[in-house]
Amino acid sequence: MRLDLLADLNAERAARRGAVVVTDLADGSQRMLRENEAASDALLKSLNVRLRGSKSGVHEHGGKKFFVELHRPPLRIVVTGAVHVSQAMAPMAKLLGYDIVIIDPRDAFATPARFPDVQLIVGWPDNALPSLALDPWTAFAAITHDPKIDNPALKLALDAGCFYVGALGSKKTHARRVEALKQMGVSEAKIASIHAPIGLDIGALSPPEIALAILAEITLYLRKGEEASA
Amino acid sequence: MTNPGIRDDDVLKAAEQWRREGRGVAIATVVQTWGSAPRPVGSHLVIDDKQNFLGSVSGGCIEGEVIVNAGEVIESGKPRLLEFGVADETAWRAGLSCGGNIRIYVQRVD
Repeated sequence: MRLDLLADLNAERAARRGAVVVTDLADGSQRMLRENEAASDALLKSLNVRLRGSKSGVHEHGGKKFFVELHRPPLRIVVTGAVHVSQAMAPMAKLLGYDIVIIDPRDAFATPARFPDVQLIVGWPDNALPSLALDPWTAFAAITHDPKIDNPALKLALDAGCFYVGALGSKKTHARRVEALKQMGVSEAKIASIHAPIGLDIGALSPPEIALAILAEITLYLRKGEEASA
Repeated sequence: MTNPGIRDDDVLKAAEQWRREGRGVAIATVVQTWGSAPRPVGSHLVIDDKQNFLGSVSGGCIEGEVIVNAGEVIESGKPRLLEFGVADETAWRAGLSCGGNIRIYVQRVD
């Protein structure tokens, strides 16, 4: 691999953008495609390889063998609510390979003692979220139960195209939330993409079980996003 | 990314940094797996010309063989495709006892 290509690849990764490296296994020649280039690349199209949803692997085309290596940015989960459920989510998310960030303006909740070794932001989502630069490689869960905190965060997460957006609360709570988001100018299609009630229905009762249900649902949309939505 | 501790992006950053320091560097990448391979396709092991290494392409069972090959690739500049599996006497000696077969592409950082 040429050093300049490796450096370009590392720069894309550091900026949390996806990239694809295509290697001709016969002669070692290589190309690096940035996220937007990968979407329109003729070879990737004919191989039906997409940055999301496909896996890295060897493909044959025109009598040649290519190794197509997909680089996806490290995945993140951003949560509003330094509550019981997110206390359980933090270590579980780490085991699953996610970076997790927890935001809560209530400093009685958001304490390092309750959240050891977790990136914790004591502040309002309007202030905290822009600096985090939510993106399509981020899942977002709103679990404070407080619309003043959750709703502005939900709007930002939907605008950023997070691959999963979920919100805790009963159907009744969610109906009120839907109205509030409409008032805030969020489109109906975006509102409809919110997962509420949050989490897979595994009969979760305890906070760790609810954390498990949320993380299972995030996993489902990460791995089978388009199929899961169908 | 599912591997706690060193992530693959750190490994590729190390490859870039090591090369910039003037070291000879090879990147070994898992390109194909069959059966119960210990590390998924796309896993990296980065090796320098002093046999320092970072990352993994197996549970530790074939790294030794890969590192030896990496040294030769760093010398010659010619990439290699290595194959390990239980059906292969050599590979068994190398210890891929988990029942999987894997192909590993080893290339020099130029």
